[in-house]
Amino acid sequence: MIAIVDYGVGNLKNVYTALKRLDLDVIITSNLNKINDAKAIVLPGVGAFKDAMENLESHNLISCLSANVKKGKPLLGICLGMQLLFDKSYEDGLCGGLEFIEGDIVRFSNELKVPHMGWNSLHRNKNHNLIKNVADGEYVYFVHSYYLKTKNYDDVLLYADYGVKVPAVIAKDNVFGMQFHPEKSSDTGIKLLQNFKELII
Amino acid sequence: MLTKRIIPCLDVDKGRVVKGKKFENIQDVADPVALGKYYSDQCADELVFYDITASHEERNIFLNIIERVAETICIPFTIGGGIRSVEDFRKVLLAGADKVSINSAAVSNPDLIKEAALKFGSQCVVLSIDAKKNTKGSWDVYIKGGRENTGIDAIAWAKQGESLGAGEICINSIDTDGVKGGYDTVLNEKLSKLLNIPIIASGGAGKLSHFEDVLKCGADAALAASVFHYKEIIISDLKNYLHTKNIPVRRCNY
Repeated sequence: MIAIVDYGVGNLKNVYTALKRLDLDVIITSNLNKINDAKAIVLPGVGAFKDAMENLESHNLISCLSANVKKGKPLLGICLGMQLLFDKSYEDGLCGGLEFIEGDIVRFSNELKVPHMGWNSLHRNKNHNLIKNVADGEYVYFVHSYYLKTKNYDDVLLYADYGVKVPAVIAKDNVFGMQFHPEKSSDTGIKLLQNFKELII
Repeated sequence: MLTKRIIPCLDVDKGRVVKGKKFENIQDVADPVALGKYYSDQCADELVFYDITASHEERNIFLNIIERVAETICIPFTIGGGIRSVEDFRKVLLAGADKVSINSAAVSNPDLIKEAALKFGSQCVVLSIDAKKNTKGSWDVYIKGGRENTGIDAIAWAKQGESLGAGEICINSIDTDGVKGGYDTVLNEKLSKLLNIPIIASGGAGKLSHFEDVLKCGADAALAASVFHYKEIIISDLKNYLHTKNIPVRRCNY
């Protein structure tokens, strides 16, 4: 069973539908026991970084997620959910993150249109089973105003170009992240979620 | 590279697509889900479903449509028509929509933009503006489906919308809408230079080069309805055409 973490930010149904379509056993939950029992965790999210961290905190989810990650359980963060995996974000001031992977979340330069919105092409930085069968130049749907400035570029599997190299798929041990919306990215998105499924079963 | 988006718009009345020609491969062309899927398969980048249902009682039909679209189609879609409150936003987002477009309601209550952006994020707030050229060489904002001139300057309103937290501006040019003589490239260029958020051009598409013209003028996306519904332009052909004109587009089957 896969637990999609429900912490009161945004609509989780589209992620749920996409995983269900892959014949996965999925639940949407904020119940700590269910998250502890799950085989893998998906952390979605849209909206503001600080609100998301406060909501995780108020649901007692921060220590729960940390404990599960330490145990080696696979965790996939999507969009804001990916950003939360890092040390801190500069969105509306400064806010600490889950600190599973080293890196900061920073805003795009104002010389660009922000949000970075639309279909952008993916380029390979490093091979990994999470991105197998995804060819260089395939498109996925992004919508975000902040991006990951990573400490270790080795954590980045795929990136997109938007003024800077925007980390799009990241992996470090059992922690994974997708900055775009795989559930909204047509065939390429489905392929990436399918790869995630194969990693965890 | 970030691509320019092509967005078909479907007008839906009581759960049925209003205009459209018979398509091969679709059994029920008036079913918004079937038509949306067809466009998605043709490589449309996003979809807009615009609810024109007049009576309030029948609006729940539309929520059901949104749910079915979200279950069937794996590209982003926007919902517009009849959205007046944060609660309306919540309903359509929970049904599975990715973005919500507001028009007249934002003019009468600009704080709606701010409240929705704070609550659900700017990424889902699309400010749609009906603009018509006036005799002074600028553009006025119209409301109520283009029937009423507010006298508000369209460019100033777009700028205000951005600062209130809109994530995107959809600019519908009343002068060019339905004429099929091309988008208002002048207005789109001005807005694109002035604003820091993406611009969707709407109104005026008649042939392939119209898309090229407006996307080269700075618009980030081009929206159209009838040229797609009446099969005058096939989206995959349009994408191939734009590609040959060096406009970055996402192509699906080539």
